[in-house]
Amino acid sequence: MRTKFSFVKKKELHKGILAVILLLPGILVLMPVILLFTGSFMDQYELKEYLNSIFMDGIGYIGWKLMPDYPTFENYKKLLFLSPQFFVLFWNSMKMTACILAGQLLIGVPAAWAFAAYRVRGGKGLFALYVVLMLLPFQVTMLSSYLVLNRLSLLNTQIAVILPAIFSTFPIFLVYGGFRGIPAQLFEAARIDGAGEAVIFFKIGIPLGKSGIMSAMVLGFLEYWNMMEQPMAFLDEKSLWPLSLYLPEITWAQAGHAFCASFITLIPAAFVFVMGQDYLEQGIIYSGLKE
Amino acid sequence: MKKSKRRAAFAVFLAPSFCGLGIFVLLPFLDVVRRSFTTAVTGKFTGMGNYRMIFGNHAFLTAVKNTLRFTSVCIPLLVLIGFLIAMPLSKLKNAGLIKSVYLFPLAMPTATIVMVWKMVFYKQGFLNLFLSKMGEWTGLWGEVHQDYLGTGAAFWVLVCSYIWKNAGYTIVLWLAGILSIPRELLEAAKVDGAGELGQIRYVILPNLKGTLYTIVILSFLNSFKIYREAYLVAGAYPNESIYLLQHTFNNWFVNMEFDKMAAAAVCTGAFLLIAILLLQRMWDRDEA
Repeated sequence: MRTKFSFVKKKELHKGILAVILLLPGILVLMPVILLFTGSFMDQYELKEYLNSIFMDGIGYIGWKLMPDYPTFENYKKLLFLSPQFFVLFWNSMKMTACILAGQLLIGVPAAWAFAAYRVRGGKGLFALYVVLMLLPFQVTMLSSYLVLNRLSLLNTQIAVILPAIFSTFPIFLVYGGFRGIPAQLFEAARIDGAGEAVIFFKIGIPLGKSGIMSAMVLGFLEYWNMMEQPMAFLDEKSLWPLSLYLPEITWAQAGHAFCASFITLIPAAFVFVMGQDYLEQGIIYSGLKE
Repeated sequence: MKKSKRRAAFAVFLAPSFCGLGIFVLLPFLDVVRRSFTTAVTGKFTGMGNYRMIFGNHAFLTAVKNTLRFTSVCIPLLVLIGFLIAMPLSKLKNAGLIKSVYLFPLAMPTATIVMVWKMVFYKQGFLNLFLSKMGEWTGLWGEVHQDYLGTGAAFWVLVCSYIWKNAGYTIVLWLAGILSIPRELLEAAKVDGAGELGQIRYVILPNLKGTLYTIVILSFLNSFKIYREAYLVAGAYPNESIYLLQHTFNNWFVNMEFDKMAAAAVCTGAFLLIAILLLQRMWDRDEA
């Protein structure tokens, strides 16, 4: 009995050590968050002291403290109450992300349903086309998007960023992954009971394919909250920009402001990440399903 | 269900998406193909003129070379690192927390992280501070004042930030693949005397070909997004080692050199299409 016990215990210990080893690189992963967080509570003099050496060639190194000497909410107060510009951009980001996701729901979910629920001739070929479009990077389609947006006189409006993104084929792929898990017999049974195709879509498809839809929303939020290429190309006016373009414009002289703004930008993304982590993982796995 | 009715339903559900794609992607891309054979300003037909121009363009060739170098370094590295972490992780019961830690960078907006990269990789930044301290501690070398962003080392900075960001989903995909392998197969291999490495070599790896294909495709897709980091850390004209295809496109766009852009878009698109089809065929042949 005793030998068996110590064997089990040894195995547990083994696993514990393994877990610690695997968590070590994780510290590296989280370090940037900690830097941003602590930096956002430092006043400008303290930050200057730590960061100054960056700009003086060859003398000393950058410094840091995990606990600020004089923790202060000054940066947050300034950002939240004295810089209306930040709010405008924050809402720009929110608005664009929300519109894109809503559009993708409206357009993409039925499209994914078409591929998942109906086997027709040519369907496979079309699906392959969608996959290829999903894999084309923005730069390849940048000129073509520009030409259309120019013809529709939508350049320098937020619609120019929203509209092309709504027709992105990536979410369709994820939602399709969710729909594919529904057994086809269910549809047949519903049809025999006299349900129409729209009823089947709303009553069976959407409730049972929810995980695919949620995955597309979570991955989509993280993607569009971080969107840079599209607004950079299509929005000239700075008041239309999302936060992701504004942050890099803050100079080192306002480091406290930058840390604070970065941290606030991170919050919605972190929130969605924590709330939707299961969907995120599911989405990554769906994106891996091959037709 | 009748064939005609099935087709009608398919068409109705797909129509909004397909029309949108037609208007915003497919038709304009045809226009881009047409433009790639004409001059930018007058729109006169020049045959292969634009293509000859981009392939004689130093910036474009450098960018192609760097982009290929970047993907050929990053993707194998990412695949390997992901596997090395996922393998031991698959043995732990409560891998949830560790997985979240690795996934988190995926959620971090690039703009928020660029400042940290600068603090780490500047000449007087954290990395050099760490290396100098290590040198002092071991007595092997003195202070380090390597400039990372302005020299060829910038390439490796980019590689690191790519791995940092993308390791998470690679791990998730590997894990899903490893855990889907039937336990009986592994047990059988154990009974036949296969050790840890033997199991990996003869049971796990052959069963993960589909996962590998997926990871390669997705990593490829994400490798284009590294432009954000490159642009934010080093601007529109960075050190030559990280001047990527995306920089070329962007700079041409800013200068309105649409003829070159069109030709380059057609070439890049065609190259990607062929690469995807080849990969897919390789995978299908393995399946059969």
